Formats: sequence, C-alpha cells, structure tokens
Amino acid sequence: MLSFISALPAAISQGLVWGVMAIGVYITYKILDIADLTVDGSFCTGGAVFVMLFGAGANIWLALLAAVLAGMLAGLITGLLHTACGIPAILAGILTQLALWSVNLAIMGMKANVAINIIDQTNLDKLLVSLRFVQDVAKGTRPFYRHPIFVVGLFTAAVIAILYWFFGTELGASLRATGANPNMARAQGINTNVGKVLGLMISNGLVALSGALLSQYQAFADASMGKGAIVIGLAAVIIGEVLLSRLFTNFALKLLAVSIGAIVYYIVIQAVVSLSGIDTNYLKLISAAIVAIFLAIPYWKERFNALLAKFIRKRGNIDA
Amino acid sequence: MLDVQNIKKTFNPGTVNEKTALRDVSLHMEEGQFVTVIGGNGAGKSTLLNAVAGVWPVDGGRITIGGVDVTYLPEHKRAKYIGRVFQDPMMGTAATMQIDENLALAMRRGRHRTLRIGIGKSERAEYREMLKILDLGLEDRLTSKVGLLSGGQRQALTLLMATLQKPKLLLLDEHTAALDPKTAAKVLDATERIVGKDHLTTLMITHNMKDAIAHGDRLIMMYNGRIVIDVSGEEKKKLTVHQLLELFGKVSGSDEADDTLLLS
Repeated sequence: MLSFISALPAAISQGLVWGVMAIGVYITYKILDIADLTVDGSFCTGGAVFVMLFGAGANIWLALLAAVLAGMLAGLITGLLHTACGIPAILAGILTQLALWSVNLAIMGMKANVAINIIDQTNLDKLLVSLRFVQDVAKGTRPFYRHPIFVVGLFTAAVIAILYWFFGTELGASLRATGANPNMARAQGINTNVGKVLGLMISNGLVALSGALLSQYQAFADASMGKGAIVIGLAAVIIGEVLLSRLFTNFALKLLAVSIGAIVYYIVIQAVVSLSGIDTNYLKLISAAIVAIFLAIPYWKERFNALLAKFIRKRGNIDA
Repeated sequence: MLDVQNIKKTFNPGTVNEKTALRDVSLHMEEGQFVTVIGGNGAGKSTLLNAVAGVWPVDGGRITIGGVDVTYLPEHKRAKYIGRVFQDPMMGTAATMQIDENLALAMRRGRHRTLRIGIGKSERAEYREMLKILDLGLEDRLTSKVGLLSGGQRQALTLLMATLQKPKLLLLDEHTAALDPKTAAKVLDATERIVGKDHLTTLMITHNMKDAIAHGDRLIMMYNGRIVIDVSGEEKKKLTVHQLLELFGKVSGSDEADDTLLLS
C-alpha cells in the first residue's frame, strides 16, 4: 500500500502525459468517427524527433514544435491514403503505422532506443518535464511549479483551450459536421475529405506532442514506446465518458474528462502493479481486456434491454 | 435556371447488377418554377435528383445551374447553388450538434469557412425568428441536440437549412415519405410557404400523385429512366389522378401504373 501511495505522483504525471495523446484519439474516434491506428506510430515519431533534436542541442520549444509537425505529417499521410487513395480509414492508419516503424528507427539513427543525457545537470534543467523532477520536488530541491503534474497540467489546459476555440470556429464546426453526418456536411458545401485530413493531422500532432513529453519524462525514446497507444487512448476516452459524461456536457469539459480518464487508467494500472505484484508483462493483456469490456457494455446493454422487453411482452400475452 | 441535357447514368456497368437508371434525360426549368416529379420505384426520380446534386458523376450529358456548368463539379462545390432535403429525416441534419449549430452550418453554405467564430452573436436571434415560421416550437429549443427531435421536426429543420441561403435550386427527394400523414402535411405546408415566399426554383419528388398534382406549376412523370409525361400551366391545374393514370398507361403501353404508383 505504501509503495502504491508513493508511486501515485508519478502515475498521475504519466497519466497526464498520455492524456494529451488520448485527447488526440478523442478527435478522431469521437468527433470524426474514425478509429485511427496511426497513433501507435506517430506517438513514437514525436518522441524520436524530440530526443534527436534536443540531443543535438536544439531549443526545447523548437524540438517540441518539430515533434508536433512530424506527427501532423503522419496524420496527413494517413488522411491522403484514406481520402485521395480510397483506402478504408483503419487500413490507412495501419499502413502509416507500419511505415512509421522504419521511419522512427531512421530518425533515431537506426537505433531502437535513444536516451536524453540527464546526468549532465544543465541538460536536465532545460527539460520541461522529467521523472527526476517528481523526486526533486518531493525532496524540496526543486520548486513545486517544476513538478510534472503542474507542467503537463498546464500543457493539457492549453491544448483544451485551443481545441475548444478551434471547434467553435466555422472551420472547426465543419469538421464536427463531417464526423456527425458526412451527407449533410457535403450538402452544406463542406469538403468532407479536407475535414477528415485536417482532423487526422490535428489528432496526430497532439499524439506526437504527447510522445515528445513522455520521452522527456522518461529521458529516452524507444521504437516500441507507442505500441498499444491507441488502446490506452480509447481506454482513457471510455473511462472518462463512463465516469463523467453525466456531469461534463460542455465540449471543453469532455476533453478534460478524457485527460482524467487517462489519469484514472494509470492509477488503476499502478494499483494493480503495486498491490498484486503481477508481472508487468501482463499489463497489455489487462488493458486490452478492460477496453474490450467497456466497448462491449453498451452493446450488451441494448441486447439485454431488447430481450427483457420481449420477455415482458410474452409474459403479458400469457397473463391476458 | 436548371438545364439538364441528355444525361445518362448506368450503375454497376458490366456486371450482373447493371442497371441503367437514366437514359438521355433532358429537363429545362425556368427561374421560379416548381416542378413535381412522380414515377414508380426504379423509374429514375432519385437518380435524376442525385445527378443534379452531384452525388456521383454522370456518364454523359450536361448539367447547368443558373448558367454555370456544374457537370464536373464535386458535390460540396455544387452545394453553393443547391438546397437539398433528403427522404431519410436522419440524413439532412447532424444529430450530435445543436439546432443553432446546424443552422449556422447551413448559413455558411457556399462560403469559405474560416477561423471566425462558428455562430455570431446576432445570428441566434435571427434563427429564432426563422424557426417560428415552422410553427413547431423549435424556436425555444435552439441549443437542443438535433438528435432529440422527431423525424418531422428534423425534416422541417432540414428544409429551413436548405433555404437559409437562398438556393438557385431546391431539391426535395420525397421529403415527406418517411413521415406520418399529419406531420407530412405540416412539412408540405411549410414547403409551400418557404418556396412561395422566396419564389424558389424547386424540383420535388413525391410518391403521392395527389400531392404531385396539388403542388407546383409543372408535373413530370418518369418511367424506365426517361421523362414520359410533362404537364404544365392550365393543363396541370385541371389534371386529376384518374387522367394522369390514363395518360401514363398510354405512354408506357401498360397499365402497370395502377400498381406501381398507387401502391407505392
């Protein structure tokens, strides 16, 4: 129990970082109605671009921006495969994801793992977030506002604010219409292909930002760091919805719910790990099972209600 | 206003499912004309409308709207000139968006969508006034999600959206077919009012011969991918269902009209 509580700040930090990615998944999955599998690749792309540029001495903000742009480029590729080449969205995402495996390795100089040098104190101080800072703030050697929860919290707030503004604009509204009803969107003069591509770009830009933040946080980028990212993203979206959909109806709050969903996910995972002592290799199995169950619940509920209605009707007939 | 010249369309060419839906159809509509279209299932009514709307490219022929050749324009670009209401009430509106958001999308039809705010401050008051015309109480539910509305309410809203930016051409594809008779009458009534107010050039498909005769100033009947009957002016005003059936029997050389038209 003690180990769980002491691991909580790190779990929350990590959840917040992944929450940025989950907000990206929300845009494609919920707003555009596309299950975009690019994210498993573009997450790592963000991390790889950041680590390489930062390692080469680039300004940290510039490195972050480059990571976001690289992610948007990945989204553009998936979008073009889908709209200009007529490939189903899921397959287009898988193709980009596969291609990105090679691309990511190439970015990292054909190495599967590249570390950020945080033994060098000036280098460490330049970072915006780091697992080290969690410990440093606890020890009192760093001010509280360098705590990853605080810093990534600010990032999340900024992302939500920008998205809230964007989806309220004419262009953003046309994107929402594209996802909600493409027939209606076209009849109202909206180019749904442009909408889908733009949505995929924004989404993967956020996913890459999250990857860049995670590589900073853990001080390395790894070719397989995005494996299963889409599942974590979906888990966050679904958990957020299950827990908070009644309370949070406003769009900005819905995005916040996604971020909270990611935090809850990581707290639960941390609890499972520290309390049960399970081999962490089983985490992916557990994650997949959790998401499958939550995705199935609405369907089961409907089937059950239909059965129940049928049963009641039959009973009624017999009674009469 | 609308000029359709010899358009052709065959679906699934070269397969067992090959179906020629339009055979050299030509139609010229003057500005302000209200044309009703009838015909049995598979006669090509909806295909004609979709061809004009640009849902897919035609195999041949030319389509001009208000002097602009739109034959090769994609659907979303033609939308600048066309207002549409679909048969399926779910198809014309975005269920997960609010009533005012749907209207705001329609208000910007044919315009470049920018990073300006999606609904201006003064717009909502304007929408409230317009919704009053429909007489469905929607003016008090501006921020309700459209998914909460009934089929009839959604159809009426779609109609308003289609005409918010005065279209050069209004296409109505059996827009009352999925509604109960009372609601259908209400939506048709609203259609008459809106079309009459702005003198909209309108092409309305209906499966109901009485409606086809009662509304509009010109009636065309389609059969087997062709326009077989075209009645307008005084002749149309005096037309009865019985006469129309007789006319159709003569043109098509069969009396199948009785079944396909009256039963559908």
